[in-house]
Amino acid sequence: MNTNVLEAKKISKYFYDPVKVQVLSNIDLAVKRGEFISIIGKSGCGKSTLLYILSTMDTDFDGELLIDGINIKNKKESELALIRNQKIGFVFQFHYLLNEFSVLRNVMLPGQKLGKYSDKELEHRAYEKLKVLGIEKEALKKPNQLSGGEKQRVAIARALINDPLIIMGDEPTGNLDNKNSEIVFSIFQELAQNYKQTLLIVTHDNEFASRTHRIIEMEDGRIK
Amino acid sequence: MNFKLIKDISISLLLARWKQTLVAAIGVTFSITMFIALLSFMSGLNTMLDSLIINRTAHVRLYNEIQPSKQQPIDLSKQFGKDHNFIRSVKPKDERLEIYNAGAIMNALKSDTRVSGTAPKITAQVFYNIGTIDLTGVINGIDVEAENKLFTFNDYVTTGNYIDLKNVPNSIILGKAAADKMLAKIGDVIQVTTPRGERMPLKVVGYFQSGLQELDKVQSYTSINTAQKLLGVSGSYITDIQVKLKDINIAPQLAKEYRQLFNLEALDIQTANSQFETGSFIRTLISYAVGITLLIVAGFGIYNILNMMIYEKMDSIAILKATGFSGADVNRIFLTIALSIGVFGGILGLIFGFGVSALIDQVPFVTASLPTIKTYPVDYNPKFYIIGILFSIVTTYFAGYFPSRKASKIDPVIIIRGK
Repeated sequence: MNTNVLEAKKISKYFYDPVKVQVLSNIDLAVKRGEFISIIGKSGCGKSTLLYILSTMDTDFDGELLIDGINIKNKKESELALIRNQKIGFVFQFHYLLNEFSVLRNVMLPGQKLGKYSDKELEHRAYEKLKVLGIEKEALKKPNQLSGGEKQRVAIARALINDPLIIMGDEPTGNLDNKNSEIVFSIFQELAQNYKQTLLIVTHDNEFASRTHRIIEMEDGRIK
Repeated sequence: MNFKLIKDISISLLLARWKQTLVAAIGVTFSITMFIALLSFMSGLNTMLDSLIINRTAHVRLYNEIQPSKQQPIDLSKQFGKDHNFIRSVKPKDERLEIYNAGAIMNALKSDTRVSGTAPKITAQVFYNIGTIDLTGVINGIDVEAENKLFTFNDYVTTGNYIDLKNVPNSIILGKAAADKMLAKIGDVIQVTTPRGERMPLKVVGYFQSGLQELDKVQSYTSINTAQKLLGVSGSYITDIQVKLKDINIAPQLAKEYRQLFNLEALDIQTANSQFETGSFIRTLISYAVGITLLIVAGFGIYNILNMMIYEKMDSIAILKATGFSGADVNRIFLTIALSIGVFGGILGLIFGFGVSALIDQVPFVTASLPTIKTYPVDYNPKFYIIGILFSIVTTYFAGYFPSRKASKIDPVIIIRGK
């Protein structure tokens, strides 16, 4: 079943402040199930902007966006939140872990929000995910007791907890040194190969991009 | 919605800033404490002052008033009956103050289910004779037992036994101030003269202290028989019927009814003592105003702390939203925080408020004018506690409303991109 997980049709986006600037123009993009895609481009080319539109967090655009065949135009904010919760996993440049909770709870939170599994099952699933990423030993620590690379891996585990259709990354290795970048990349690769996880990663690291299945290069708001 | 999850997140955010949370909660606690203490004390004071009047005054007083006839002969004339007639210098008719058929009226009142009791009374102007000097006074002839039952007469007899008034013939209980003037001791015999010139010796069996100095200078009490003897009237003569009601609020309406039914003047307590009601009302109003002001100030404290928390937790809010928490969820999280502060602080406030009230209740308060009061009066009305907790919840809700709305409107893209 090689359907499109995500489909963008003629997406345009303008910034209005202080003057009207077109940042994206007529982007057409389709992501198939199981693809490992990287978006590269220079700073300011609109790659992050595109990612946030694709992630449903930015709804102020022209054109159409279908996620898992569902058009997200005119959806309510709470419906979009549900789509993000169920179908999209995020990894950002910064880990955004909640220091008040243990690593395990941080991973569990999106799952608890979804409410598909009981807390017991979720805990088990969270352990599984942490095990895949090799950090199950840190599960009961607080995020501020972990190293940068470990934090980022916890963030990936959190993105995986609801078995999302697609994982989106905005410079996920941007803050990491070479060794940790390598670890994170190999995790992505493993997810793509072994678990057929769809991944869409924005990066400016060409070396990183070259090892993905498909590279989308952007320039001045267009796909090159 | 998964309330447990919202609760969990709220609690951890709260505990993460527990010092600030504590300060906010203490603000609420303090204001609720003061609110409860203030209202309990004020209400206790009001009740005490009101009871000075309410317990001692008839709810409805039936009496005859000397007044000009409402219908003048000309009104009965067929020729001029429909015209406007102006008659000057009308004099009251020669009428006795006695209530006619008092026994029948009392029986009728006793069978009225709205009435809790009646007591007859004779009011007579007298002069207390001290040597060559005459002091004006008023003697109330009372049915001693009925008076005590309805108006706790015993409470105001500071010296002597009230029942002696009934058991000792020709006895009198003097107002304390009047007795001091006359240098009359218990057991002394004083002379009183009626306006008609009849003179009678009366034995002092007690002192009476009402709390109103002016009243105590003139008022004194005898039994109804003694008063009748003093005035030289028959055993059926009474001038007032005092009615005590089960529900004081229906007094004005009932007074109107009795006025027509018995063809007497009927004065209800609300009309007779309207200034007391105004006083109570203003005191209550001030206490509420102060209490609510305190709460609003506490509310601003909560508002500030939540605002600060939202700025600090901007990242957390952004990631919660990115991972699928809706604006409404975020809103609920911060409202839960605000309300927990409100409920926790409020409940503590109720407990401390009760404690402070209990302390005030122990403070000695002795005043000559209020013989029955030994400590400051406090009203432990559960109503204040209910209002207190409701207010604390409502204020914290509104204090949390705007910060929560702001948090729910945070755009995760702006936060995440800004990093």
